[in-house]
Amino acid sequence: MKQFLSKLTFWKVTAAVILLAGASATAIRFFGGLGAATNLSDEFPWGLWIGFDVLCGVGLAAGGFTLAAIVYIFNVKRFEPIIRPTILTAFLGYLLVIVALMFDLGRPLQIWHAFIMWNPRSVMFEVAWCVILYTAVLSLEFAPVVLEKFNMTKTIKVMKKVTIPLIITGVLLSTLHQSSLGSLYLIVPEKLYGLWYSTSLPIFFFVSAVSVGCAMMILESFLSSRAFNRGLEMNLLTEIGRVAVLVLGVLLTMKIVDLADRHAFSLLMQPRMETYLYWFEISIGVLIPLVLLAIRKVRENQNGLFLSAVMIIIGFILNRMNIAITGMEGWAGVSYFPTWMEITVTLSIVVGGFVIFSLAAKYLSLFKHEEHEKSSQPINEWIEDLRTVSQGN
Amino acid sequence: MNTKKAMLIDITLCIGCNSCQDACKKANNLAEGGEKKLSPSAYTALEEHDGVFVRRMCQHCEEPTCASVCPVGAFTKTPEGPVLYDENKCIGCRYCMQACPFQVPRYEWSSTYPRVQKCIFCHGRITQGLQPACAEACPTGATKFGNRDDLIREALERIKTEPTKYVNRIYGQHEVGGTSILYITNVPFEQLGFKTELQATALPTLTWNALSKIPGVVTVGGVFLYGIWWITNRRTEVQRFERKLAEMEQRSNGNHS
Repeated sequence: MKQFLSKLTFWKVTAAVILLAGASATAIRFFGGLGAATNLSDEFPWGLWIGFDVLCGVGLAAGGFTLAAIVYIFNVKRFEPIIRPTILTAFLGYLLVIVALMFDLGRPLQIWHAFIMWNPRSVMFEVAWCVILYTAVLSLEFAPVVLEKFNMTKTIKVMKKVTIPLIITGVLLSTLHQSSLGSLYLIVPEKLYGLWYSTSLPIFFFVSAVSVGCAMMILESFLSSRAFNRGLEMNLLTEIGRVAVLVLGVLLTMKIVDLADRHAFSLLMQPRMETYLYWFEISIGVLIPLVLLAIRKVRENQNGLFLSAVMIIIGFILNRMNIAITGMEGWAGVSYFPTWMEITVTLSIVVGGFVIFSLAAKYLSLFKHEEHEKSSQPINEWIEDLRTVSQGN
Repeated sequence: MNTKKAMLIDITLCIGCNSCQDACKKANNLAEGGEKKLSPSAYTALEEHDGVFVRRMCQHCEEPTCASVCPVGAFTKTPEGPVLYDENKCIGCRYCMQACPFQVPRYEWSSTYPRVQKCIFCHGRITQGLQPACAEACPTGATKFGNRDDLIREALERIKTEPTKYVNRIYGQHEVGGTSILYITNVPFEQLGFKTELQATALPTLTWNALSKIPGVVTVGGVFLYGIWWITNRRTEVQRFERKLAEMEQRSNGNHS
């Protein structure tokens, strides 16, 4: 343990500096208003906090529902070893989104209005409800891990009974939520640059979230295996890499078809900033990892797999930032770059996530799983019944 | 009878005297400042484009984008025409500002309890049968208040009588489904900072197309996921059962022999 601590000293110092700066930025934000803390303006009302914290935060939490669907719905039980850390990451991701929203909303204490003042025609209304409900679902999905710690077996048993409805609800909510973040931008057909604006934005957001969900599972497994000296489930991760190839392929095809439908191929060749950013985003996030992961040797190689996952994640972040920020700047006629306060608040929230994750890894059995035998319980009873019946005959 | 109100702004008649802004500030208790751009304390402002004055203000869309995007329904379109904002509902997400095709809503960035600010088309005065303060104050008739249908007819008439002077377009007649504020001009709209690329479809249709699919996604998705789970679960159950059965048979065979 001592070794572990001394190894992390550099990161601890960095984290402390970030948190300190974040704390002062927080004070400025809440005592001086959004104007004092951010570079937002009437022309550019959404910045880093929406672009990164919300859009990327929700997206990077996508591993949760992807893996939950794989393990519980498609019943591929061999992925069970990584389900707990993945669900925890998703849960943290959502908590962080909520924290970021408290910074970004002009009147954060009024957030409860969303519960009682409905406007079902608003995408933001859908987003709000998805955040609330899915955070609740995620906390229920993760609850057994905490309850286990306190030996509350009865509660766990009750919760196990509702696992499948819970997982299905979670997958549906995620599907809606990931896509609704794309729907947010359907309303700005003139403002968002043509390479990104499409009526298929909701579908793109959903599919790219699934791809980044795969990448996040790989990244999390690597990071936790390094930090906690665990073995790596290479065979599982290789398979996830294969799924990622499929998803990226679908995404790329849809993007090409979409550009063709909109007769927008010419936009790919215009000598302007947006074009370069688009090509960069697509190459890093889709084209290169697609090719890399399609090669079996790369997929089965630790470094190759890790690198591909990181590229998918970076490409994903670039995509969301392009849609939220760079793709909007042209029409708005202003340029936006976040203040140090916007940046440090964002970083602080990320640091907070890392801290909670490592605490959970230390005190909860995140990586253990002794459920396999228990799950065969009902079948034994069934066999018992069968035996008595046959004996009766 | 159609009671929908509107204002016709004839850019050729505006002399840039700023009476509209002064009257507006008085009527709405806004701080003085002589702003040349919209601001939280300027519901209207005269923008100068090469000696031509363009009065900017909320367009009061027939199908307001702001009202559709607001998660808490803080914006309402009144039957008379004004689009109103209820600050007591607002949570400050600023989606209205992000979505407004005319970049109208302004925010009180320096406040710790900020409001969105924009023209309210003098709703109180209109319902009392008065004109908006700006229209009443305009000395040249550049801003004219009336029924929307009548004003469109009048605008067409003005364009028809002087076709060489006016650009053949009423800005606001069709843009994003039509607005309550209408403009006519002798200088092309593009040169005056107007967003001329706006389509005639109301923007809320775009998001509604996606939102209206939710019930379908939920029901079909729910049934689909449950179905898949049922099949995969059943398969493992059967496999497990068969294995146990085989074991049992083996055991009982062993006992018999």
